[in-house]
Amino acid sequence: MNSSVIVFPGSNCDRDIAVALEKLKFKNKMVWHKDTDLPKSDLIVIPGGFSYGDYLRSGAIAGKSNILNEVIKAANDGCLVLGICNGFQILTETGLLKGVLLRNKNLKFLGKDIQVKVINTENKFCNKYEKDQVLELNIAHNEGNYFTSKEHLKKLENENLIPFKYCDKDGIINDESNLNGSLNNIAGIFNDKKNILGMMPHPERMVDQVISNQDGVNLFTSLLN
Amino acid sequence: MKFSVKVTLKKDVLDPQGKVVQQTLQNMGMGTLKSLRQGKYFEIEITENDEDKAKKMIEDMCKKLLVNLIIEDYKILKI
Repeated sequence: MNSSVIVFPGSNCDRDIAVALEKLKFKNKMVWHKDTDLPKSDLIVIPGGFSYGDYLRSGAIAGKSNILNEVIKAANDGCLVLGICNGFQILTETGLLKGVLLRNKNLKFLGKDIQVKVINTENKFCNKYEKDQVLELNIAHNEGNYFTSKEHLKKLENENLIPFKYCDKDGIINDESNLNGSLNNIAGIFNDKKNILGMMPHPERMVDQVISNQDGVNLFTSLLN
Repeated sequence: MKFSVKVTLKKDVLDPQGKVVQQTLQNMGMGTLKSLRQGKYFEIEITENDEDKAKKMIEDMCKKLLVNLIIEDYKILKI
């Protein structure tokens, strides 16, 4: 499977995701944001970081870069797109995903390992996980508080467009485990066609037992499935 | 021609920064402070001399980049 990782000034998880993809046998290419051609890709990843120093709003400036026009075209043609952390913020700024990531409810930068529950496994990104499986992933963000309109939130729930929700160690979805204050404990969402996934936690940080755990591996192997 | 653009969070969107500033001012003894919301302010100069056209261009800038319409409102004023 061919993958492309888009790199912006200020991206800082681009190499982590490249290592994870290559480890799991993706043929990966790095793509600079000023490029106007996208290599042939089955998967496009918009990595985490602080593109353009989070100027104006997180992801706002990156969302208007040259390469994003190509990403939008590819996404509308059905290409798989994964936005992690700042990548999720960029996807909402382009409109590929609806909603917005606001400042965390306690105004603190959150950098820690947390639990998420796998809500939906019937999609390209999560089919190797089990439904209701509890994963330990890492978060590192200041703006991860997912907000959207009431109508869209209802649609996300009704059409099963929420793959991950923050939960506690026992898998219980409650206010205490919702550290950033996201609506309905949302940690990640799909677009209508489920070919675009945006998520705040970092699966690419959880692919090697030596430095963390391997709870992120199945997200990538699902894509290869 | 010069314009100012004021960007504020919509009423039903939580403004934690504004809330902390409000609480701090209240703690400092500003007892009459009722509510405070934090926003953004831009000053923009453009070379268009027709005011209507110029305003439309500023509006376009707001919709395309300066403002996230899901959470923010904006007001354009000529200065």
